[in-house]
Amino acid sequence: MSTQHAVHQTLPPEPERATLEGRNKVLGFWLFLAGECVLFGSLFATFVALRDQTNGGPAAAELFQLPMVALTTVILLTSSLTSVLGILAMHRNKLAQTQAWFVVTVLLGLFFLGLEIYEFVEYYRHGHRLTSSAFGSAFYTLVGFHGGHVLFGILWISLLIAQSFKKGLTVVTAPKFYVASLYWHFVDLVWVFIFTVVYLMGMVA
Amino acid sequence: MSDLATYAERKGLWSWLTTVDHKKIAILYLLAGGFFFLLGGLEAILMRIQLMYPNSEFLSGSTFNELLTMHGTTMIFLAAMPLIFAFMNAVVPLQIGARDVAFPFINALGFWLFLFGGLLLNLSWFLGGAPDAGWTAYPPLSSGHDFSDQGIDYYVLGLQIAGIGTWIGGINFIATIVNMRAPGLTFMRLPMFTWGTFVTSVLILFAFPAITVSLVLLMFDRLFGANFFDVNAGGNVVIWQHFFWIFGHPEVYILILPAFGIISEVVATFSKKRLFGYSSMVFAMVLIGFLGFMVWAHHMFTVGMGPVANALFGISTMLIAVPTGIKVFNWLFTMWGGRIRFTTANLFAVGFIPTFVIGGTTGVMLSVPPADYQYHDSYFVVAHFHYTIVGGMAFALFAGLYYWWPKMFGTMLNETLGKWNFWLFFIGFHLTFFPQHFLGLMGMPRRIFTYQEGIGLDLGNFLSSLGAFTMGLSTVFLLINIIVTLKSGQAAPADPWDGRTLEWAVSSPAPEYNFAQMPLVRGLDALWTEKRNGDGKLLPAEPLAEIHLPSPTILPFLMSVGLFIAGLGFIYHLIPVIVGGLAVTLICMVIRSLVDDPGYHVWPRELEDPERGVDA
Repeated sequence: MSTQHAVHQTLPPEPERATLEGRNKVLGFWLFLAGECVLFGSLFATFVALRDQTNGGPAAAELFQLPMVALTTVILLTSSLTSVLGILAMHRNKLAQTQAWFVVTVLLGLFFLGLEIYEFVEYYRHGHRLTSSAFGSAFYTLVGFHGGHVLFGILWISLLIAQSFKKGLTVVTAPKFYVASLYWHFVDLVWVFIFTVVYLMGMVA
Repeated sequence: MSDLATYAERKGLWSWLTTVDHKKIAILYLLAGGFFFLLGGLEAILMRIQLMYPNSEFLSGSTFNELLTMHGTTMIFLAAMPLIFAFMNAVVPLQIGARDVAFPFINALGFWLFLFGGLLLNLSWFLGGAPDAGWTAYPPLSSGHDFSDQGIDYYVLGLQIAGIGTWIGGINFIATIVNMRAPGLTFMRLPMFTWGTFVTSVLILFAFPAITVSLVLLMFDRLFGANFFDVNAGGNVVIWQHFFWIFGHPEVYILILPAFGIISEVVATFSKKRLFGYSSMVFAMVLIGFLGFMVWAHHMFTVGMGPVANALFGISTMLIAVPTGIKVFNWLFTMWGGRIRFTTANLFAVGFIPTFVIGGTTGVMLSVPPADYQYHDSYFVVAHFHYTIVGGMAFALFAGLYYWWPKMFGTMLNETLGKWNFWLFFIGFHLTFFPQHFLGLMGMPRRIFTYQEGIGLDLGNFLSSLGAFTMGLSTVFLLINIIVTLKSGQAAPADPWDGRTLEWAVSSPAPEYNFAQMPLVRGLDALWTEKRNGDGKLLPAEPLAEIHLPSPTILPFLMSVGLFIAGLGFIYHLIPVIVGGLAVTLICMVIRSLVDDPGYHVWPRELEDPERGVDA
């Protein structure tokens, strides 16, 4: 932890915005998320248009098990909280705490992903497949895109944690943690919409 | 700490593959875009040879389908977009007084993704045939293997890769314009081309994800057996049309708004007047950008959305004529009473105005849904969009090329050859596309590969083909001009046109750090303000100091190669190739994250060698 000690004196209060590169990175990442909104918006629109086209296969209300989906939702929302705690620790320049909270975030993300894979396998057994109907195609594409985002986030945040052991918290690494946490919130937010539009609306339809 | 010497040594192929300098990336975009422009033009000429006479057997129907698909796709995605990006890269950082763009690495990555996407798409010519479902690739024509061959897979993956490149390029320019402007350069003092770049980048940001999703859906249908467009399994083909045009309509404004910016710069400079109605020009540009998102379904009037939807989309389309009209009158008023110089750049800009007005007029005609039922899918539509995209966009690109060539390359293009280029192109353009209005009204459908004799289509098609050859000839003059200029071009001064904006304050070509000191901007048309109110030199906003610049890197190139390989793997269902290609890209991303770029430092030339005089 000597690296951390060395930069301890110099880390400004909002390290992610302390340099022009950092400010560019944060702004650029917000723009990236704006584009991602359109991406997921289009996938949601596709899903809403095709969700009743079951082609004789099982419908949403027959497939979905709300207790499990509720559990995954709680897990993912909690991971958003832990990433906030990580950023708060970063702002107080506590490297070990930052790393710990982000490790918890990654673990929760892995737990979520495991449950999602289990869920997909169950649906597949019930004949709900990418190739079985337009509903199946739209469901796996939308939820799968989200799952892919979770996977990417897990890999990305793990990489940041790993390099923070060597580099510590600096004006270079802080913006990385900050935008990764923005990304993670966005992925959670998308899940809130998936929970509502795909699962809740699927149960009442 | 490396210095000037290492920069000067950086020549040869490797320096181009690894560059993150926006000025060099601009030249790469110009070369690649120019290459695809010639390719798309050649495809057009082949089609016009086929259509020159009735019942022609020069090309088969299926080859014709491939040519028309590739002509449209190439011209939009691989010629027009990158040529716009060439000027955005070459000019915008200079116009805002910045040392660099916000994300030099991403800027380079955007270029290489576009290039490898374009190469993947064009590889289809040699491997199993080019895509043949039209540039719009409507399913079910494009989705099932009954109607279309592997060419569509190349279309899907090539455009996906190129599209990601364009998208991150757009993000880069928004961040650059928001965060990197020189002190005093408020938004309402931005040059019009920078405004055009800004609004266009916002459109890119929001429009490209829609085509990303449509291409994903089509790819899943074709490669993984999904059912988005398979009506038998509950799919819906109209979803494609909506997403394609939610992207596709903003796309034409993505192309035309920077073109409007170029015209505004060129007309003002060569009229020796400030742009008439600057604030209304900005307002019109933003409004066009906004309305551009509200009109996509006017491409789908005949789909059967119903009279209410058709009427709403028709009216919102007509509304765009209002801000566009504001712009046209402002250009005319800028010239009014000005000291006009008809350089080649200005000829193209002045030629743009009436030509684009014709394209806009037919646009309003097409926006009336009942009338559109008659025009739909006829040559009238072909004439309309070529008047806006060639008569608008391409004219502006030529104007921009002659205007900014000195700044990009440090030499002056030959004006005599330039005038040949203009007049042949201007005459050839109208000869090609004006008769197509009437061909359309007489019932000639789009996308047919031949027609019968004696049904009134002979003369129009013959003239149209002659016009296409004339445009081809004019392009030869441009190529000769470029070769002559590269061999023995006259060196360009910093400010050859008596310019108004910041890019003309630095040497031609600009030094690698752009500005030795960030300039202080004191008014609209920053350089002109100093010419009129000061001594013609920019005031520095900071003391002279060592300048920090990012190091060159091969990673953007390798990442794009990785995706290119993965794309081929998807097309041929080779899982090891997919995994290998994606692994290359991901490993490059990990390296980029782990290895911090320390950059390098240079001393501005003035300090190294005070005899050279002050460039900035």
